[in-house]
Amino acid sequence: MPETSETAYNFAYLDEQTKRMIRRAILKGVAVPGYQVPFASREMPMPYGWGTGGVQVSAACLTPEDTFKVIDQGADDTTNAVSIRKFFQKVAEVAVTEHTNEATVIQTRHRIPETPLTEDQILVYQVPIPEPLRFLEPSEVETRRMHALEDYGLMHVKLYEDIARHGEIATAYAYPVTVEDRYVMDPSPIPKFDNPKLESAALQLFGAGREQRIYAVPPYTKVVSLDFDDYPFDPSKAPHPCALCGAEHTYLDEVIVDDAGGRMFVCSDTDYCASRQAEQAA
Amino acid sequence: MTPLLDVQSLTKSYGGRIGCADVSFRLYPGEVLGIVGESGSGKSTLLNCLAGHLAPDAGEIIFDTRAEGPRDVLQMSEPERRMLGRTDWAFVHQNPRDGLRMRISAGGNVGERLMAVGARHYGEIREAATDWLNRVEISGDRIDDRPAAFSGGMQQRLQIARNLVTGPRLVFMDEPTGGLDVSVQARLLDLIRGLVRRMGLSAIVVTHDLAVVRLLADRLMVMKGGHVIETGLTDQVLDDPQAPYTQLLVSSVLQV
Repeated sequence: MPETSETAYNFAYLDEQTKRMIRRAILKGVAVPGYQVPFASREMPMPYGWGTGGVQVSAACLTPEDTFKVIDQGADDTTNAVSIRKFFQKVAEVAVTEHTNEATVIQTRHRIPETPLTEDQILVYQVPIPEPLRFLEPSEVETRRMHALEDYGLMHVKLYEDIARHGEIATAYAYPVTVEDRYVMDPSPIPKFDNPKLESAALQLFGAGREQRIYAVPPYTKVVSLDFDDYPFDPSKAPHPCALCGAEHTYLDEVIVDDAGGRMFVCSDTDYCASRQAEQAA
Repeated sequence: MTPLLDVQSLTKSYGGRIGCADVSFRLYPGEVLGIVGESGSGKSTLLNCLAGHLAPDAGEIIFDTRAEGPRDVLQMSEPERRMLGRTDWAFVHQNPRDGLRMRISAGGNVGERLMAVGARHYGEIREAATDWLNRVEISGDRIDDRPAAFSGGMQQRLQIARNLVTGPRLVFMDEPTGGLDVSVQARLLDLIRGLVRRMGLSAIVVTHDLAVVRLLADRLMVMKGGHVIETGLTDQVLDDPQAPYTQLLVSSVLQV
């Protein structure tokens, strides 16, 4: 069928009114860092859990001049990343890249790139459960009241329980943070290793499609990981260098390589690892 | 002496039905007030209005705050009221399941109020929790057990520890010994009486059990149909009841 104005997609899939609505939510989120702004999440042509929130936020941010990158658990070449990248290639015809420093909009799941981000970049997170208090307090009415009244004692009860049971704060991902001394925020399921990188030069946007929430951390915003005075926050790391590029300061994936107990540790950020290997080869 | 709590014509109705009507009383520091009455007499409504769980339709609740002296609780902002609810006030529920977090360890339950008011040192929180568990006669090695693993009496004592850890001045108790067998009741009453006297607490105890108020309360308020029908010193009301309903209530106590 020939492409006419009736059959063609609007730029970046969503209609302009929807994008306006999402941009309004984003602006409110930027104005109130860490606050979860409700928005009318749309059905997207992919299942919930595949990043429908992130995709809508990306769609509202993208312009034809943008270069787009998608990360899934640090990698550019896994199913989720490939399908979302292809989706925007098709419906927005934007340039895509795997290199962090070339991208202007980066959609991510579970990681923050190792390469420091710049003021010209937007990092969009896919968020499954935006409410940091959810597993402690099942009532949405109550959690919203707790946010409104800055009533966050319960969050420390969770950390207390961790120490009482495991001898240390055992929360390893989705580690709660306080944004700009006000809202407690779930930084999406990034490893706590990435928490210090939340204080960034780039604009960070969080979209939760099923839960219909958008929140934001503007550039250079103060982000503090919760802890106890005698059990300070520790962005732990596997005690190995990367087996491929030798990096000692990156977040590592443990890969099982055979059925005899063989394993290797490699950078989870594939672009960072590949560029380091290219440098070493040159 | 400034009353700790000065309640003026407190009224709460549920649509056309009266919850409690025109209740006024004063509670002085260190005093324990018992509220007795049959089911549906409005005593729980009154307690919930006082503790801020229900919004009364009319009246004043003036509490003598530490920082600013007497203030009308109903005119306070929500954060102020919440702060009061977890520092100077405490609420002991009849069913410990309503007052405890059942999926969190005993230590976490006791520490929650401390963390809510800003305690951020694990060691100190744990020390305070251990200390309070001992004070309510729960052995320190149960600190990491969940309340679900405790007996009913222990759960109730844990709830008391959790409430008293921030050193409140006013404790609301709703049938604190309800649902416990008599020997456990006796021990719990003994414990509450000791804590109240030692910490100089003021308390408002709602119960239908006259034996509980005889042991705990200095003064007594008898309610029926949402109204206060008789007040006075506990012994005076129980030994020489004036209102017909109070006479009925006192004479209905089973003798063994």
